[in-house]
Amino acid sequence: MTYPNLFPVLPEIFMALMTIIILLVDAFSAKKSVITVLTLLTLIGCFVLQIHVSSPSTQLTFNDMFILDSLATGTKLFTYILSFVAVIYVRRYIIDKEINPGEFYAILLFAILGMMVMISADNMIVLYVGLELLSLALYGLIALQRDNVKATESAMKFFILGALASGILLYGISFIYGATGGNLQLELIVRSMLASQEQGISPLLTFGLAFVVAGLVFKLGLVPFHMWIPDVYEGSPLAVTTMIGSLTKIAAVVFMIRFLVGGLVLLSMYWTIMLLVLAMLSLFFGNIIAIAQTNIKRMLGYSTISHMGFVALGFIVVSVDGITSTLFYVITYSITALATFGILTALSKDGFECESIDDLKGLSSSHPVYAFLLMLTMFSMAGIPPLVGFYAKFKILAALVNTGLTWVAVFAVIMSLIGAFYYIRVVKAMYFDEKVKDIQVANICVGTKVLLVLNTLMLLVIGIFPSYLIDYCQKFIG
Amino acid sequence: MMNYLLSLTIWTPIVFGFITLVLFSKNDCLARYFSLLGAVIAFIFSVLMFCHFDPNQQAMQFEEVAQWVPNFNINYHLGVDGISMPFVMLNNFVTILVVLAGFKVIKHKVALYNAMFLMMTGFISGSFCALDAILFYVFFEAMLIPMYLIIGVWGSTNRVYAAIKFFLYTLIGSLLMLVALIYLFFQSNGSFEILSYYKLPLTMGVQTLLFIAFFMSFAVKVPMWPLHTWLPDAHPEAPTGGSMVLAAITLKIGGYGFLRFILPIVPDASRELAGVMVILSLIAIVYIGLVALVQKDMKKLVAYSSISHMGFVTLGCFLMANGTLNKWAVEGAITQMISHGFVSAAMFFCIGVMYDRVHSRNIADYGGVVNKMPIFAAFFMLFSMANAGLPGTSGFAGEFMVIMGAVQTSFISAALAGLTLIIGAGYTLWMYKKVIFGEVTNSHVAEMPDVTAREFIILAVLAIAVIGMGVYPDLFVSKMHTSVELLINQAAISKI
Repeated sequence: MTYPNLFPVLPEIFMALMTIIILLVDAFSAKKSVITVLTLLTLIGCFVLQIHVSSPSTQLTFNDMFILDSLATGTKLFTYILSFVAVIYVRRYIIDKEINPGEFYAILLFAILGMMVMISADNMIVLYVGLELLSLALYGLIALQRDNVKATESAMKFFILGALASGILLYGISFIYGATGGNLQLELIVRSMLASQEQGISPLLTFGLAFVVAGLVFKLGLVPFHMWIPDVYEGSPLAVTTMIGSLTKIAAVVFMIRFLVGGLVLLSMYWTIMLLVLAMLSLFFGNIIAIAQTNIKRMLGYSTISHMGFVALGFIVVSVDGITSTLFYVITYSITALATFGILTALSKDGFECESIDDLKGLSSSHPVYAFLLMLTMFSMAGIPPLVGFYAKFKILAALVNTGLTWVAVFAVIMSLIGAFYYIRVVKAMYFDEKVKDIQVANICVGTKVLLVLNTLMLLVIGIFPSYLIDYCQKFIG
Repeated sequence: MMNYLLSLTIWTPIVFGFITLVLFSKNDCLARYFSLLGAVIAFIFSVLMFCHFDPNQQAMQFEEVAQWVPNFNINYHLGVDGISMPFVMLNNFVTILVVLAGFKVIKHKVALYNAMFLMMTGFISGSFCALDAILFYVFFEAMLIPMYLIIGVWGSTNRVYAAIKFFLYTLIGSLLMLVALIYLFFQSNGSFEILSYYKLPLTMGVQTLLFIAFFMSFAVKVPMWPLHTWLPDAHPEAPTGGSMVLAAITLKIGGYGFLRFILPIVPDASRELAGVMVILSLIAIVYIGLVALVQKDMKKLVAYSSISHMGFVTLGCFLMANGTLNKWAVEGAITQMISHGFVSAAMFFCIGVMYDRVHSRNIADYGGVVNKMPIFAAFFMLFSMANAGLPGTSGFAGEFMVIMGAVQTSFISAALAGLTLIIGAGYTLWMYKKVIFGEVTNSHVAEMPDVTAREFIILAVLAIAVIGMGVYPDLFVSKMHTSVELLINQAAISKI
């Protein structure tokens, strides 16, 4: 019996081990602050290990089920950095809300582990396992506050819908498995489809594809599979919304890239049309419904739907260019969302949740710095240059126009105009309106504040010099 | 330094604004003087640019090229010609006055106010100087953020509505332009150089669509009838400085866009649609002039008169005889824009001076101001006359040139445009009479002190500019001959 090569999986193994250690420390140690430090150290350790194990060539292990290519390395490193920042953002909030840090961080690390598995999977079943690990951890995170009615309700909703979507996905996978002669490995699926290309595409495959796409876009949150997003965003404690709203997006997109572009690329004429319709619906409904929201978490939920619509538009252009723009979009969106939720978390003190747009009224007078930062994130999401949101949209639009889909680009542009309305409404509340409620900043340390400022300034820096990140994304795609 | 003159003009105010925002948010006094310093330095740079400008050169001057986003072949490419150079001057000139105008009046979030104005000046200069389409777009859009805040934070009662309306109106136009630019990028094999689009062959159908996209973006800015409705809402709600910048400069970007983008890039569509544009311009001139006659709010009145005056600009840009632009008309349009920059800034400042004392913009709340503020009344008289197009003031030069051009191309347009000189005189003088002359009508007016030294300086500088431009318009016009001729040639070539 040969043992699998464990080298490429070292960061994941390290993370799993540390998670268990954290659980043990939580059980036996009275000092809770150790756990936060341990979590941060784990993330740093994973980051360092990830750099250590990465190599220019693609590494495969576990019977080719696990892949470590440039896409995986790049997106994993990003996810580690974002997770590290996110943990720092929510540190104070967890204490304020009296959430048990041991449970929170352990489950969070499991969720991150799930993302890593998703990013590195080269086999449909491994993809599925990673997804389930992530989803189960998220259900747990949301419901962590047992006596919070809203949170448990949204966890329940998410769980039921998520389980249904997983079932649909698995059902679709089983069809593909059958139609390609018993293959689950992505490359083998492509090969078997190529071999049988002359006989035409079997209806079994397209049937399976429809289910797979439905399952995938559920995780991304495209209309009409978006129902869980607003509820989960609103119901979860801000710390969890921060995680769901920013960290999970990158993994979800890489997951889509692996599945659709890696495995089912020969069916692209089918899934591009499906995604086109879903993306346009998301842009439309996401933006329109967001206008009516008074809760900022819920509004950001709908805004995510529309942003993911943009992301899906990048998939329609099945080319290196299109996928690069998708990746660029989702990475910059994650940074923006992280800053946004980080600011909202910083503004929540002693169990108070900064979640109504009315809460933000007059923020520019009481906390000018936070107001300014939040304004930058809002303008970035609205796609106003020189902030990064502009380039992200620009790149997708350019890819669309290049493939002759100018009308889709015009539609997307009109929808982002509608989107601008609710973003500038937040700015309006902060800058133009009189104060309604005294908002207190949680007593976060200077380091966190500096991090928040840096995080937001990144939007400006990447917005002015986007080349580096675009090149980087292009390198991932290879 | 001369090689980086444009960059210095653009970035000095932005950097000063940023420093003001970060360092002086606690110290109002320092914030004011520091931003004044920034505005003055930027103006000095633009004066240097004016002095070293070679009026006989066809090519762009003070060019700077650097790679910016290599993935999209986007360059940091700046340069000015005779068309854009006067606007950069005007912009930096007005900014000094705007900063001064806010000196005593703005007491609330002073650092933010000054920082926003300085940054906006930089963005505006940037859009006039940009020769790369995306660079232009970035500056063009970035302008929205400060202007949105300026109207929304320091405006009066209905400011929120006005700010949002302003933002969305402007955004829709510019987003369509973005798609047009991306389309041109792929048509030109991956170039965002504006100048490279001038030679790009395009079919008539494509040209028409591009025309519409650009038109949406620039016509909202100008604003042309029927896309003008944001302006009368934004102006009364904006603070004095905001109105000055809005009327004096941001509207000009629309007119500039017609000259820099529409006419040379889609000449055939421009020829085809010139008639429509002339009709829209005439509607703006005559109909909006009539609307101005019935306004009760002084700022609204001047806002409508701005639209009417900008009608001359678009008229001048699209007056064609046998498919060729008229040189008089185009130069008149540019002159009119510069002159309107001075006059509208002055008008809004005058209204601001009165508003600071009485806190009302209604004409009915005033009367007999001359008795209390004789110096002010004299200045206001001059600017009102300039607004009405009195010979010897700057208002006359531009309108006269456009009408000259109109007589050569279509007599009816000339007659209709000439008619508005009467309407213009009507609403301006009528307002002037009600506000300034007569007996002192109420106690508020009775308590009005005359202009302070600061206000006097601003008024005097503007008066010099208005008379100077009226008596010797050649100062600017002589610099634009070459560029305008080049533009007329470019617009005359068919690209199909």
